[in-house]
Amino acid sequence: MGDTIGSLRIGEVGVIEDFCLDVIPLNLLEMGCLPGKKVKLLQVAPLKDPLYIKVNGSHLAIRKDMANLINITKL
Amino acid sequence: MKNNSVINIALVGNPNTGKTSLFNQLTGLKQKVGNYPGITVDKKQGKCKISETLTAEIIDLPGTYSINPSTLDETIVLDTLLNENNQAFPDAVVVVAEVENLKRNLLLFSQIKDLKIPTILAINMVDQMDRKGISINVEALKKELKSEVVLISSRKNIGIDTLKKELQNYKNWDTETLANISEKIDPNFFNELKSEFSGNSLYKSWLLITQQPNCHFLSENQHIKIDSFKKNIDKIKKYQHKETIYRYQIINKILKKTYKVDKTIATDLRSKLDRILTHKIFGYVIFATILLLIFQSIFEWASFPMDLIDTVFASLSELAKNNLPPGTFTNLIAEGVIPGIGGVLIFIPQIAILFLFISVLEETGYMSRVVFLMDKIMRKFGMSGKSVIPLISGTACAIPAIMASRNISDWKERLITILVVPFTTCSARLPVYAILISLIIPSKRVLGIFNLQGLTLMGLYLLGFTASILSAILLHKVLKIKSRSFFVIEMPNYKLPSVKNVFYEVVEKTKAFIFGAGKIILALSIVLWFLASNGSDSFTNAEQIVKAEPSSKNLSEEALQKKIASYKLEKSYIGTMGKTIEPVIKPMGYDWKIGIALISSFAAREVFVGALATIYSVESEGEDVGTIKQRMAAEVNPVTGKKRFNFATGMSLLLFYAFAMQCIGTLAIVKRETKSWKWPLLQVTGMGALAYIVSVITFNILS
Repeated sequence: MGDTIGSLRIGEVGVIEDFCLDVIPLNLLEMGCLPGKKVKLLQVAPLKDPLYIKVNGSHLAIRKDMANLINITKL
Repeated sequence: MKNNSVINIALVGNPNTGKTSLFNQLTGLKQKVGNYPGITVDKKQGKCKISETLTAEIIDLPGTYSINPSTLDETIVLDTLLNENNQAFPDAVVVVAEVENLKRNLLLFSQIKDLKIPTILAINMVDQMDRKGISINVEALKKELKSEVVLISSRKNIGIDTLKKELQNYKNWDTETLANISEKIDPNFFNELKSEFSGNSLYKSWLLITQQPNCHFLSENQHIKIDSFKKNIDKIKKYQHKETIYRYQIINKILKKTYKVDKTIATDLRSKLDRILTHKIFGYVIFATILLLIFQSIFEWASFPMDLIDTVFASLSELAKNNLPPGTFTNLIAEGVIPGIGGVLIFIPQIAILFLFISVLEETGYMSRVVFLMDKIMRKFGMSGKSVIPLISGTACAIPAIMASRNISDWKERLITILVVPFTTCSARLPVYAILISLIIPSKRVLGIFNLQGLTLMGLYLLGFTASILSAILLHKVLKIKSRSFFVIEMPNYKLPSVKNVFYEVVEKTKAFIFGAGKIILALSIVLWFLASNGSDSFTNAEQIVKAEPSSKNLSEEALQKKIASYKLEKSYIGTMGKTIEPVIKPMGYDWKIGIALISSFAAREVFVGALATIYSVESEGEDVGTIKQRMAAEVNPVTGKKRFNFATGMSLLLFYAFAMQCIGTLAIVKRETKSWKWPLLQVTGMGALAYIVSVITFNILS
């Protein structure tokens, strides 16, 4: 299995893979979470969910179930 | 045609870009909050003079990240910009962007630009460019965007005049589109679309088929065409994704030429604050401390002005009674109108203080951290992290709280939030609690520092929260709603709150309460007064009937008057109503007079105190006996000869008011927000049954 945003550890960076385009919901895409962009995991909420990420200049919080769907290549 | 000298200008932008602050800067206090026809979302608008001959009606649209809406708030933006026949349709749009997040902000700009409405880009917070190492080549950006661009700082009042000057010229702006979606995605599909809706810009037609806007302005024929295009949902979805990617490609290309950030200057304050404020222990400790501080202040700071308002209106009533010529009109003023107005104004201190805190927390960016911190916990109860804000706001008033749930995109989470918010202790319950607690709980200290009355109040607050959480869990289990939406929140950068923004927010929210809920309260007070001072035959002939009774013979004049007054109350319309429901409320320990108060407070809880005041002041006929509390304490149960408001009845009443759904304003808003009578009905019956059962049990255990 490949890595997803959900498998990043705090401080780690990954690049969103191209084939994720259909998986990522439109509102997340529009906030800058695009294939080919770097994602950095900044913080994890106390109960391990949601995740606080920085992607394409945006600081966002997303839930773990969605993060697990977005494949990345770790850097 | 619109008058030439007044134009509509819409402000559009992402949340946290200082859009509202620009709105305040442009309109000052000349703003009003209205409703969009048919929907409950607040429409903020205000007048702004942009030149000697041109006035603009500025419309502050809800913050949105994109024109493709995922929440109700965002739908407003789409609807406003698509419907050219709408009175509010803008002649020009100002897209407010924030200098640090320009890239993401430009996505929305590019979408609006493609609608071919005259659009200008206002890049806000430029006073921070140096500190953040950002530089922008404005001339080049103008050229690339085919638009006017102004650099502004709405907080520091920079560039506002330039913006106004540019707006005068809106008719000459370039309305060329930015993204050529048809060529890049699927020329055949888009060409067909173009020819079917030849009157529209291509992007508008595209939005009509991808979104479900309020399309009442379209003809039937157009609806059929739209439906035929909508058939292949998967394809449309794919194209939307492609479109977004394409827009970002364009934006990246433009920004490469025009926008530079020196990353070495970037500070690390944000991540340090994040680490503390969302820490697994400190995060919750800080949040709990802030909540405690808020509630403490509501009581500490609000009690003095509230007492003041109470006393002032009591003496105003007396003043009116003593100085106006006696008669029905004077009674209406002294017993209906003045207490009614007082009953509305008494809430202002608490509501203002609560909104002061909420608005500061939102302005600083802390609220998003609370959402982040609480999301997982709230999800166990079927809600979202975003439900925390409505639940806190609910302690002021459920009406704005329910409206604040509009940014929850998941329908089930939003519905549960709406349904349970009325359990939180709103400020309308406070006067009821306050007066009952002071009657039945002794004011003594426990453990040295705690005031027993204060602790009781605290307990009632906790009870309210517990009730909302427990009912949320229940609803989460029972409601079978399949909903699939995606939780994304932006974590904005921290900033100091602007005094001006906070001030306007507090004024606006308080005004909305006074003119919304206030009208109901005032009207009910007057209706109540009327029902209490009129009645059938035995009411009109009260004096003769009472005098004719053998037991009245040996009474003094004063005692006789009192007897007449209470006979009158009993025979008045409201008295008859109270008597009718007495058998039902007796198990809870109430008599028909409390029954009157219950009936009247079905529409709004706070009327309880006013109703009892009216009842007892009608009864005391003329000779005023101080404040409401003194009158209530003096009330005696004729059967037992003991105080009417004893511990058992008092507790039973406290719990009844804690649980029962007694607020017409809230029910109306729930109906509008859920678009169904089913949910407000569920609230009335569910909460009412709970309140009744708990009160009956409590009264019987305690007495």
